[in-house]
Parts: sequence; structure tokens; C-alpha cells
Amino acid sequence: MNEQAIKDLLYKLADDQLILGHRNSEWTGFGPILEEDIAFSSMAQDKIGHSLAFYTLLQELGEAEPDTVAFTRNANQFHNSQLVELPNGEYDFSLIRHFLYDNAEIIRFEMLSQSSYEPIAKVATKLKGEVKYHVLHANTWIKNLGSSIEEAILRLQTSLNEAMPYALAMFEKSKYEQELIDTSVYAGEEAVKAEWLKRITAVIEKTDLKLPDLAIIEPKFGGRYGEHTEHLQPLLDEMAEVFKIDPTAEW
Amino acid sequence: MKLIKEDILTLLEEVKDPEIPVLSLVDLGVITGVEISDDDHVTVNMTPTFAGCPAMDYMKKDVERTLEKHGISNYTVNMTFDKPWDSNKLSEKGRQHLKEFGLAPPPKYDLILDLDILEHVKCPYCDSDNTDMRTPFGPTLCRSMHYCNNCKQMFEQFKPL
Repeated sequence: MNEQAIKDLLYKLADDQLILGHRNSEWTGFGPILEEDIAFSSMAQDKIGHSLAFYTLLQELGEAEPDTVAFTRNANQFHNSQLVELPNGEYDFSLIRHFLYDNAEIIRFEMLSQSSYEPIAKVATKLKGEVKYHVLHANTWIKNLGSSIEEAILRLQTSLNEAMPYALAMFEKSKYEQELIDTSVYAGEEAVKAEWLKRITAVIEKTDLKLPDLAIIEPKFGGRYGEHTEHLQPLLDEMAEVFKIDPTAEW
Repeated sequence: MKLIKEDILTLLEEVKDPEIPVLSLVDLGVITGVEISDDDHVTVNMTPTFAGCPAMDYMKKDVERTLEKHGISNYTVNMTFDKPWDSNKLSEKGRQHLKEFGLAPPPKYDLILDLDILEHVKCPYCDSDNTDMRTPFGPTLCRSMHYCNNCKQMFEQFKPL
């Protein structure tokens, strides 16, 4: 088993969840209705917990402890997709991102629960049950708002068009892709993407939204290799602000 | 006298979920194994309900404190995903305690979660199933929020997982 390949996989899983968890937490106190404020806050807590589970596996493979890994790296050391670092925008954008991201994440977890690398399989088996609630939440709102009034449909459609180049880049292949597939550690990004398209299409077809023509979209690749938008570093600075006041403090 | 597994489980009945103080960790189903070696080293394996639950670390420390209080100093408490938690692991006694506490217990189910099992949860106050789910997220990660159309009250459910 190539340890570098496993670490690369763990970093992208963990970083996606940490960064989206932080973005979700920015809705705390600002949700359009109380229930949504609580929903995004709860999903933030889940996602940060999920990132901790994967950072803990990295620590078992010799990486630094989770707090150090989460709070002391710079943007170019993060493996998250650019989709999760984009600012929250208005509620419609956050909802579309949540829908596109979580429908992919649950497929990753379903496939990883069959991984030949047992520590990942155990964590994925646990987390896929929790992420079901995130998917349920996203799909319910997309179905309801996506077939409601003109303004809601227009807003969601605009956000969907904006988010799609970033969403497609969630499936950027790692340099260890074939090796991970050959050793049955991971089914690979192509497999996840194919299933993801099926599932998001099934939801979108129940609404007045239209899936953009994917053939003409240039995915915003780079995130998995440390290339990020200008939005990531300020997020990291804010996230680590308290930690960096006294890195040795006991919490 | 040699310790046996049942002694340890009895001690752990004292440790309650800090967010649901009527529920012991044993009834919650998060104690996944107790082993006692020939030289009386006690190993307690635990697993989190939800991976992001902030109470888990507290519960682990509470298990350690309880063992110490009863004079057991030779122990290891592990938190693992080896036997992952699901809501079917809540004991019958635990479910009864949840209901008395005002939290609807999760239904026993086939572990295939869909919207149907979240709708029409039985109200813990009046037992009516004329209820609606308001949101699958509540004041803690393990609770969803519902409204009873019969007794006109909001109530929370311990979520099926």
C-alpha cells in the first residue's frame, strides 16, 4: 500500500470538510430563518467533526496532530476543492453549493466504506449515516425552492451556473488515482462523478431548474494541488486567529 | 476479588450523557466493549454517537473518573470507530428514559434512512402521531425538531442514525 497515496486521499477528504465546515459556521446568527441558521450551524459541527476523524487517521500515519494540521498550514498546503472555499454569498449560493457538495460527499463515503484500507472504511461507514441528513436537507430545499416562485428559481439557477465549474473540479484526479483504484482503496473520481451526475440530475428534474451544459464548462481545477482562489487565505487566517494567540494553550 | 465485565458495566451505569442526563452511556449504546486481562487491566472501548459531538471527549473523561472513583487505576479507555454507533443500539430502558425526559426515542429501523421515518414521529407528551417534522437539525447534533398537531407543542426527537 502506497502511504503517500493514502495520505493524499485523506488530506483532500479532511480539508474539504474543514473548509466547508467553517463556511457553514459563518451562517450562525445570519440564517434567513431560525431553522436554517440551526441547520447550517449543525452541519458545520458535523463537518468539522468529520474532518477531525480523517486528520486523526493522518496522525496515525505520522502526520502532525489534528490542531496543528488544521491551524498552521497556509493556503497552498491545502488540498480542498475551490468550491468549498468560495464565500457564502447569499443563501441561494450556499444552498446550491451544499447540494452539489454533499451529494458528492455521500457517494465518496459510500464507496470508501468498501475500501481495502480498513481505517478509512470504518470512518466512512460511520460518516455516511450522518451525511444522509445533509443530503436530505439540501435535496428538500432544492426541490421546494426550485419549483416555487420566479425569484427563487432565477436565483438558484444563477448560483447553479456560477457554482458548476467549481463543482466539476471536486473530481480533479490525484496523481495517485490509478494506484488507488488498482489497490481497491478508492473507486476513483470518475466513478464518483458519474454517480453524482445521476443523483443531482434526478433532483433537478423535479424542479424548474436546468442543469447547465457540462460539455462546454471548463472546471476550475487546481485545489487538490494547492492552487486556490484569493478567498482561502483570509478564511484560514480568521479560523486560526484564536489558536495562534497561544498555540500551546490547553482547551 | 477478581473483577468481571459485569462489574464494570454496572459502574458505567453511573456515567450519564451530559446533554441528556437521564441516559447512561451503557443505555446509549456507546460502550462497545469491556475487557479485563489476567492482571486486572481494564480496557473500555467507546464509540461516538455523532463524530462531531462535543460531549464525547467529556464522556470519555467521565468514564475514566468513574473507574478511578471505584479504585480502578489500571485501565485504558479507547474511542474507536471499530463498531460504529447507530440508533438501534439504544436500549429499551434508554428509550423509556428518553420519552420520560420529553425526547421522542428514535424508531428501530432497517438502517435505510428516508424522509418517511422522520415524518409522523410519535409525540412523547401525548403519544399522537399526528405530528410534522420542522427540521432534521436541532439544539444538539443528535436531535431533530417536530410539532405535534394534537397537543400543539414543539418536541424534539433523538434522531435515527
